[in-house]
Parts: sequence; structure tokens; C-alpha cells
Amino acid sequence: MTPLDHKLLRDLWRVKGQAIAIAVVIALGVLMLVMMDGLINSLTETKRTYYERYRFAEVFAPVKRAPEHLLDNIAKIPGVAAVAGRINAGALINLPGIAVPVRAQAVSLPDFVPPRLNDLYLAAGRRLDPARPDEILLLEGFAKVHGLSPGDKLSATMSGAKRTFQIVGLAQAPEFLYSTPPGELMPDDARFAVIWMGEHSLAAAYDLKGAFNEALLTLTRDARLPEVLDQLDRMLASYGGLGAYGVDDHFSDRFVSEEIKGLAMSSKGVPPIFLGVAAFLLYIVISRMVESEREQIGLLKAFGYSNGEVGVHYFKFIMAIAISGALLGCLLGVLAGRSLSSVYQEYYKFPLLVFQVDPAAFLTGVAVSVLAASVGGVFVLRKVFALTPATAMRPPAPADYSRSVGIGKTLKAVLDQPSRIVVRGLIRQPGRALAAVVGISAGMALSVAMISLMSGFDRVLDMNFGVIERSDVTVSFVEPLLDKTVYELQRMEGVIEVEPFRSVSATLRHGLYTYRGGISGLVAEPRLNRAVDDQMQAIYVRADGIILAKSLADILHIQPGETLTVEVREGRRPVLQVPVVGVAQALLGAPTYMQIGTLNQALKEQNRVSGAYLRIDSARSAAIYHKLKDMPAVAGVSLREESRAAFKKVMDTGAGAIRYVMAAIAGIITFGIVYNSARITFAERSRDLASLRVIGLTTGETGFILLGELGIITLLALPLGSLLGYYLSMAVSVAFSTDLYSIPAIFVPESYGVAALAVLGASAISGWLVKRDVDRLDLVSALKTRE
Amino acid sequence: MPHLIDKTLPAFRTQGVTKVYGTGASTVHALRGVDVDIPAGELVVLLGASGSGKSTLLNILGGLDRATDGVVHFFADDLTAMSDRELTLYRRHHVGFVFQFYNLMPSLTAYENVELVTEIADNPLEPAEALALVGLEQRLDHFPAQMSGGEQQRVAIARAIAKRPTILFCDEPTGALDSHTGRAVLRVLQDVNRELGTTVLIITHAAATAKMADRVIDFADGGIREVVVNTTKLSAEDIQW
Ligand SMILES: Nc1ncnc2c1ncn2[C@@H]1O[C@H](COP(=O)(O)OP(=O)(O)OP(=O)(O)O)[C@@H](O)[C@H]1O
Ligand SMILES: [Mg+2]
Repeated sequence: MTPLDHKLLRDLWRVKGQAIAIAVVIALGVLMLVMMDGLINSLTETKRTYYERYRFAEVFAPVKRAPEHLLDNIAKIPGVAAVAGRINAGALINLPGIAVPVRAQAVSLPDFVPPRLNDLYLAAGRRLDPARPDEILLLEGFAKVHGLSPGDKLSATMSGAKRTFQIVGLAQAPEFLYSTPPGELMPDDARFAVIWMGEHSLAAAYDLKGAFNEALLTLTRDARLPEVLDQLDRMLASYGGLGAYGVDDHFSDRFVSEEIKGLAMSSKGVPPIFLGVAAFLLYIVISRMVESEREQIGLLKAFGYSNGEVGVHYFKFIMAIAISGALLGCLLGVLAGRSLSSVYQEYYKFPLLVFQVDPAAFLTGVAVSVLAASVGGVFVLRKVFALTPATAMRPPAPADYSRSVGIGKTLKAVLDQPSRIVVRGLIRQPGRALAAVVGISAGMALSVAMISLMSGFDRVLDMNFGVIERSDVTVSFVEPLLDKTVYELQRMEGVIEVEPFRSVSATLRHGLYTYRGGISGLVAEPRLNRAVDDQMQAIYVRADGIILAKSLADILHIQPGETLTVEVREGRRPVLQVPVVGVAQALLGAPTYMQIGTLNQALKEQNRVSGAYLRIDSARSAAIYHKLKDMPAVAGVSLREESRAAFKKVMDTGAGAIRYVMAAIAGIITFGIVYNSARITFAERSRDLASLRVIGLTTGETGFILLGELGIITLLALPLGSLLGYYLSMAVSVAFSTDLYSIPAIFVPESYGVAALAVLGASAISGWLVKRDVDRLDLVSALKTRE
Repeated sequence: MPHLIDKTLPAFRTQGVTKVYGTGASTVHALRGVDVDIPAGELVVLLGASGSGKSTLLNILGGLDRATDGVVHFFADDLTAMSDRELTLYRRHHVGFVFQFYNLMPSLTAYENVELVTEIADNPLEPAEALALVGLEQRLDHFPAQMSGGEQQRVAIARAIAKRPTILFCDEPTGALDSHTGRAVLRVLQDVNRELGTTVLIITHAAATAKMADRVIDFADGGIREVVVNTTKLSAEDIQW
């Protein structure tokens, strides 16, 4: 080993505390990148594998009733690879002790063979015995919530007839990853059920013998989806086809994909910010470290070491820190990504997990660290190399002092000796102070953005359920009813306010952009479910057009004044041309609003309502549920508290959950940056401080000088950090918004306060740690080294 | 860079060397036109008041700094015309330094500090051998912080002579030493000069040291006041402190 390598190892050992602190910060930046990448990659791959293994269909064609032989014709459509027909019908599950029956989907399974498409994953129990018509498989999530297991009995109502079934197994399937109760947006295991039954007995229950009401297709590689859908629709039209759609419009797939997309968006937007902040710190710290080696660089050059040799030596030093940090980040990123993936695996109910990280994430992480560190090093080395060895070996000459003579006099008048030293130190090396300020600001900005994001999520819920949706109960009817039903609801004791709504599912089109969603028909001045503008002010629902959620308007690339094509997917299935008259700020989902009368008129179904929003007297809620449940027309009752809880759960366990991890990492990085600044300031100043001690300053006074410098730097960083944090939180909220929920880019004053406190706290702790070193400063060796 | 060492030329010949530090009001004229010849193989002592420019001249001769004006020849080569790269090679192959402030690497042991130089030299002494020459064979593994000022200075000398330099520059090598150790150090320098034929330049404040020199250059106010060539030299042991 050459003496330079000895020096390298010993120097690393000497600065180990700081080297570790830097390595940890860069490691966290890299961790974030690798973790998020691993997570996205794994979810995407897992989903793909799951779909593939259980033969998830690519096209779905619901129909009222089509004869089985039609499947042969469908198979002949060019581009179709496989076809299966099945029965998929609505049922109600009656659970003992639960007032509201749960709406369920009953899905048929072929009696003797496994399903050709849309197979299921048997989580417990066994498959159906074709000889026993009362056997069912139950969706695992639902069974778990209600404590049902194979062997239990289950009472369900199918086309009006109540039957008792035997649960023989629990299952999951790619098509039910995202289990939202019908007509709702958020998944709720408790209120979403799927029953799988033998084809024969299900056909008997729904009078569909020899027929199917849903065709499932997979396509060949070269198939053209729109053409297949077109042909399919034409073929099924006379059988009551309800509009074929591709997997991208499949409810479950769309939401899972949307959530993964949301994660992917935030993983594209956020880790680079973390990595950027960490890299910036690395740059600053490395350049300060190399700067402090300037005399030794001069000495090496005096001996005849060339710039190249000296450069390589310091490059190794820098790389030892940067690369070990990056590798640590990769390792931790994989570990964190893996455990996070398994959390998500459970959340999405994937029965399997494929964990993999794109090697590009590792490379990017390492490359960014290496680059930031090298730039920091090269920058300083070039500066030092430009000096003659004789100059480099002397401590840097104080900057021209004459400039500060005036300031000096003023300082003298107002400050005592140690304070003057602090202020001079800052003025004398403004570049160094600026770097420290910017470094800490970047750390603070990260915390501001993450805390804003955290409160943003809570704010979404508060605003949505406080300002937009203000009903206590949402009642939905089995089918659109005449609006006199509303009066019936109104007459119920304890019901304070009733507001009818009409909802239809529709495909919205604007040019090339389409969206499968629905339209809500509201009263002109709704009070219980309102459309609001970006100031959270209620919007009057005009009679002459449609109002779109901002996120939807963006998806469809449409603006007020333009015309939207609405293909209604119910009833007479009219195609409407509706002018867009407004844009609403929606926080959850992507709703569209029309005046209920206008909507009914367009549908040529006057005075129909799909349900109603209710405000009720909470003291009577139990009695009201009971009554609602007994109304035959009522298909579903959802309570505000339940939906709110469901939303909260999605945000806390879905894509939003990552915000906790990010906030924690942001906190650690911020601390790391502040601590690093303190350490490096101490390293740069230890000789000066020792000299001051020698000439008689107390540890208290020297401590004050160092901490005073830190304190001023920290205070200067607070406003800059707030400013950077503001822009960063705007960027982050965009990155975190999905189709499911949009995090408004709101200014949350608390987050600035909290972040400022965090920075101050971190400074206090770092200051305390460094102050201990000041007290322990070994005067003799501090003065002896380096001369 | 294979320098052509023509022993008929002086090791150094300077013409009108000036050095100005700073600009404007804070200008310092450290050297105000130095013309001197330093013959190869001699032991030369530089005397002069503090601040008179001795270290500055040494730095320029040693290729650590550049003159503001004037010409410096090292044998046939013009140091003032050399690129940074050439100066680096010049220092690497020909020059040994003992600095006024010892300038040891704090994170390296005595042995490694010497090794730092022998590592890149052509025909160096063993580091242990060099340290034995200055009487530090027992302290090979000590760090600078564990040694006294005099011991650090001796490590610095061992480091300078270990590469068998063509020229050895010593900036107050005995400043921090007691008379006994000081004599031992001077003895080493004298041996290097005599036995290896190394040209040695010593800056000192101890006028007595001048008695062992072939030539004494007296410095004052950035220029040479007087050059005295000794006809009789004392041996290092006989110098009265
Ligand atoms: N980097 C510098 N910037 C400005 N002035 C300098 C610099 N280096 C040296 N000087 C000035 O140049 C003059 C000569 O300095 P030099 O170090 O050569 O003196 P010296 O003769 O070696 O003194 P001493 O015996 O005290 O070491 C001094 O006045 C000194 O203040
Ligand atoms: Mg000097």
C-alpha cells in the first residue's frame, strides 16, 4: 500500500463521523430512488404476472341475455384469441346483525372444467363440487372482514329469492382487485362481495339457461381493440348488449392501474428531488472537505506529486464516501422496496409478489452520487491546482479586509468581541456561508414539501366531506325511480333534508380522448353534494351544459365552451353533444355534473332519480337504516362516515402511504444536512477556535463563536427554505395527485412552522453535539496538526 | 524530465529576480531584483533579518513559487520558463525541502511521511535508513502529533534527503532544536553535501552556522547585501551555538 493510500484510510477514519453522516444522506436519496423504482416495477410486474397466470380477459362484453352459440360467432371476429361466456349478476347478501344488506356480484364458473378466462385464485378451502348446487366460493376479503370461512353458511337473495349457501372456499381474482361497493369510488371489503357459483345453478337462479350475460375475450397480438369492440357491439346489439370495453376500462384494473400510475408519478417526481438535495449536500460538503485539505495538497505538490496523482488521491477519498453511500442506499432501497412491496401486495390482494428493481435505478443512484461528489471535488482541486505550491501551503489569505473597515467600526459599536468574530467570519467567507445556507434551505424545503403533502391529504378529506359532500347518508335505488320516492324519503321521521340525484354511466369523448365514467345529475343549487370551484365556493349547476372535474377536463383536453360527446351506457343509450359550461375542483374521483332535469330530458326519462342524499338526525339513524333496508327499491345505503373511513384507508395504505416513508426520510435528510453543516464548520474552525482558547477565551465563548455562526446560518436558511419549500410542495402535490384523488397545491402554514422547528431542533441537537467537541478540543494537538 | 546537469555551470543563476505580493495599497516587494550564482556542490547559508525575503527566494529556486520578474536558471534549464508540469517533475527529481514549519502529513507516521517522497523518487534511500540518519530509528511508527518539534523537524530532514536530491533546501532546519541536536542535524546536512555532492541551501538565523558554509549570502530588504565565500570551513561538530 502506498503512503497516499495510508493517508487516505487514516483521513477517512479521522472524518468518519462526518463521512458517515454524508454517506447516510446520499444513501437516503438513493434509497428513495431504488425503493420507489422497485415498488413500481414490482407492482407492475406482479399485476402482469397475476393477470397472465389467471387468464384475465382483455375485453368484456356485458349483455342482457345472449345464447351460448353466439360465442362461436364471437370467436370468429378477427383478432379474438379466446372467448368465454359467463353469468355475472347482482345479488344481496344478508348478514345476521347487519341492518343493510350487502350488494354482491354472483359470477358463474364452468361446472366441470376450470374457467377458460378469468380464473380465480383459491385462497382457502376447495373448488366447487358440480353435484352440489348450493356450494359457493366467496371473495376472500369480504369473508375475512365478516369472519366467514369454508364450512359456514351464507344467506343471499338472488332475483328476489332468498337462499342459503354453503361456503366451500375463499377466492381472489384479478378482476376483483379493487373492490368498491357498486356506485362508490373507494374500496370497502366489508361491503363488497363476490359469490362464485356453478354455471348450472346460477343459470337456474337467473333464468339464463343456455345463455350468458357477459362475454370475456382475449385478443391476438395484432388485434385492433376498437374494431373488435365495434364488431362485438354490433353482434350483441339485438341481445341487449351493454357496450363492450377493454381491460383499460375495467373497473378494477383501471383503479389499480391508476394507483400504480399515481405511485409511479410520485416516484418519478419525488425521489429525484430527494436525490437532488442529497447530491447538492454531497457537493457542498465534499468541496468544503477538500478545501480544508488545501495545505496538504500544496505539500504533495511541493514534493513533486503531479496534479493527476493528487487528483486521483482525493478522487478516491471522495468516491469512498459517495460510492459507499450510494451502495448503502441501493441495499437499503432494495430492503425497503421489498417490504413496502409486500405491504402493497397485501393491500392490492395480489396472491403473489414479483420483486425486481430496474438496474437503471442503481446506476442512476450511483452515477448521481459520483457526479455530485466529483463536481464538488474537481471544482476545489482545480482552484487549488491553479495556485503555486508555496501559496497553497499557506492558509488561504484573508479576503481584502479594507472593504469591511467601515462595517468593522459599526460592529465594534454594537457587538462584543465574540459576536464580532462570528460576524467577521461570515462576512470574510461569504461563499462558504452561502453554501451552508443553501444546503440547509434545501433540507428544509424537503421537509416543508413533505409536511405540506401530509396535511394536503388530510385537507382533502376535510374539504371533501366538509364542503363538497355534506350528506349523512347516500341512498341508491335499484333502478331509476320516479321522483315521488324522494317525498317518501322526506316523510321519514328523522330525515332533515333530501336531495335527489340521477346518475348514469357514460363514456365521455373529446376528440381522441375518452373516459369511461358517469354523469351526476344534481339539483340546480345542491346543498348536500355540491360542485365547487377552486376557491371551494359552490357552483350553480347550470341547465345548459355539463361541469367537469378539473382532473377530468385535463384528461379529456377540453375547456369550457367546447362540446363533449357523451355516450350514455344505459337505457336508450343516446349519444349526446353537451357543451362544457364549467370546471369544478374535485378532490376525490373525477365527477361530472349536470342539472338533473336537463339530464333526464336528454335521456328522455322525465322525473327519474337514481338515489338521494340525506341529512338525518343522528339520534334516529338506527331506525332510519332499518326502514331504508326494508324499502324494496333501495339497493344501497352508504354512510358518510363509512366512505370517509374508506377514503382514509386508501390514502393511508395505498399510494398515499408512501408519504409517511417520504416524510420520515425527508426529516432524516434535513437533520443530516444541518448536522453536516455544523460538523464541517467545526472542522474548518477548530484551529481558530483552539487559538482563541489559547489566548484565553473560555469554552463558553469559543462555543458561542461556533454556535453563533451556525445559528446565523440557520436563521438565514429559514426564509430561503420556506420559499424553496413552497415551490417544492407545489411540484410534489402534482406528482401525488391521481385520478382517484387530487392533492390540492395548498399553502399550509403549519408545515412551514413545523419544518422551521425541525430545522431549529436539528440545529440545536447538532450544535450541542459539536459544542461537546469544542469543549473537548485538545488545544495542543489542534494547534500541532497541519504546520 | 532528464535535466542536463552540466557541472561546469552553477546550480542556480538568478538575474533580476523580483517578487511582488498583492496589488494596490497592500503591495509587498518581497524580492527587489536578486542576482546570484550558487555553484553546484556547495553548502550555502542564507542569513538575514526576518521578512527580508529569504523564504521567498528559496520557494522560487525550489519551484514552489514563480518569480514576478527575472530569470532563474537551474544548470542549463530556465525555471521561469517551465510549465507547471515541468516544475512538478523538477521538484520530484531534483529538489528536497525542509520547511520552516515542518509540514508533515498529520495522518501519516514518520516512516510513511518519508515514504511519501521515496515513493515517487528515482533512486531513493530506504525510509528507515533516512530516519536512522537523523537518529529517529526508534520512532518510525509515530505520528507527528506524538513527536516534539525537533523530532518533527528531523523527520522533515529525513524526508528531504531520502530522495537523494540534487538540491536540498532547508528553511531554518535547526530553529527549534537544542545545540546538541542542532549540530547533529547540521552534520547530516554536511554529510549529504560532502558524500552525495548535493548542493545544500540553508536559511538560518544562527550566524554561527555560516562558518560551515562554502558561501554565505546575506539578505536585507528583498535583496542581497553581501556574498562571502569562506576559504576555511568548520565542520558541523565544531560550531559554537
Ligand atoms: N503570500 C504572501 N502575501 C503577501 N506578502 C507575503 C507573502 N509571503 C511573504 N510575504 C511578505 O514577503 C516578505 C518576505 O517574506 P519571507 O517569508 O520571504 O521572509 P523571510 O526572510 O523568510 O523571513 P523569516 O526569517 O521571518 O522567515 C515579508 O515582508 C512577508 O510579509
Ligand atoms: Mg522564512
